Amino acid sequence: MTHHVLKTPVTEEQVRSLPVGDQVTLQDTLYGIRDATQIHMFDRGRKTKFDLKGHALIHTAPNVRKVEPSDAAPAGYESICVGTTTSMRMERFTRPLIEDYGARIIIGKGGLGEDSRRAFQDLGGVYLAIVGGAAALETTWIDSIEDVDMDDLYPESLWKFKINDFGPLLVAMDSHGGNLYQTVSENSAERRAAALASMGVSGGVGS
Amino acid sequence: MSIDLKAVEDTARDLYIRALKILPTDIKQGLVRLKTSETNERAQGILTTMMKNVEVAEANDNLLCQDTGIPIYNVCIGRGVEVDGADLRDAIIKGCERATLEHPLRSSIVHPLTRFNEQTSCGIKVPVVNFDFTGEDGELVIEMIPKGSGSENGSFLKMCIPAEGINGVKTFVIDKVLQAGGMVCPPTIVGVGVGGTSDLCMHLAKVAATRELGSVCSDPEGAKLEQELAQAVNSLGIGPQGLGGDSTAFAVHVETAATHITMNPVAVNIQCNSARRARATFKGNCIEIGF
Repeated sequence: MTHHVLKTPVTEEQVRSLPVGDQVTLQDTLYGIRDATQIHMFDRGRKTKFDLKGHALIHTAPNVRKVEPSDAAPAGYESICVGTTTSMRMERFTRPLIEDYGARIIIGKGGLGEDSRRAFQDLGGVYLAIVGGAAALETTWIDSIEDVDMDDLYPESLWKFKINDFGPLLVAMDSHGGNLYQTVSENSAERRAAALASMGVSGGVGS
Repeated sequence: MSIDLKAVEDTARDLYIRALKILPTDIKQGLVRLKTSETNERAQGILTTMMKNVEVAEANDNLLCQDTGIPIYNVCIGRGVEVDGADLRDAIIKGCERATLEHPLRSSIVHPLTRFNEQTSCGIKVPVVNFDFTGEDGELVIEMIPKGSGSENGSFLKMCIPAEGINGVKTFVIDKVLQAGGMVCPPTIVGVGVGGTSDLCMHLAKVAATRELGSVCSDPEGAKLEQELAQAVNSLGIGPQGLGGDSTAFAVHVETAATHITMNPVAVNIQCNSARRARATFKGNCIEIGF
């Protein structure tokens, strides 16, 4: 297991060098996206002003406080609590994020599905797992909210965060077809019959 | 005993914020217990991060999780409590709105069709306010639960038929835990409702999922099922965050209700690792705050 420190944006070569099981800490810039952000981008034809090429995107909608713009809060927002949401709802947006915008890293919790695994493999991308629910800790890795776009969707705006030592995160899906969630899920499925048998249920009952 | 509605409003506000910041003692102990028995190294690391997060949240007076949830208030009214029900509900709703604006908190609540966010954590029939009654003299209890959406999306109902029996119930629970995998932010409390009508069954599952760790179903048959299901669920290897390990669930909680001769309903409602609750007990002139 290797621990990589990466400054964003990253290259395709850099993400392709990250195997499942390695750890990553990110520096510099991180973008926050969410359900509504991507529904508007990919179903309603909206474009963001940000250049997401080579960047890392986290599935989030933070708790923020509106303040007067300053050096510490250039976008007029102070972060209160920045955490991570369940990724799977946004499964269908992974490929267009990489294909149309050149994104390279998705950060989330709970994992993504087969379409995303293929997109990471075909186009060069990774999924980094963060610990869901650990938002107070995650907030300490955020320096400031640098900028914001599509803010009419607040709190599901597209956020630009300045980050410092954002991690360690776990490479859970890589660009070589590796998917840790799938490995765990296949293993769990194999244990289903024994789990049911332990409660006196023999096979044959479907739900 | 008469109830001061201004105190109810302030308390409803404070409970929401407190629930988001301070993890109940039983859940903290549950994390320690799981970490001690966990054999998977990666899972141990994830549980350690969760415990560190609880410390950071308290040290920084911050929210444990970014998800402010769907606000739920469970109100239990004792004997001899004099209060206007409609005013009581309005005071709670006002407190919920004030927590959102005054802290401020992310309003996670939108209109179901237009997706419009009023930025108040309130909307049609939200916060959810449930009323119940107790035989306790002169006591009003308000419990606040910010129910996280990742685990609330792990909600399932099956109208099993009598011929499927208890085996149908057990199989459904195992299959839904497998389906939910890491999406519900394990380790979880798996809430199971058995019996009742479809809506009561789902409600029982929520009551079960939000019950204190260490509490046991008051129906001995349900209590037996809790033990069996907990062992089976934790043998699946899903682990914290769905990344493998022994610690899939803190516990499985079961609640039961009588049902119809033709019915055998089972519901699953899951509570994520950020199993947040806060409680206020109004008694005489005092308001006791806890979990």
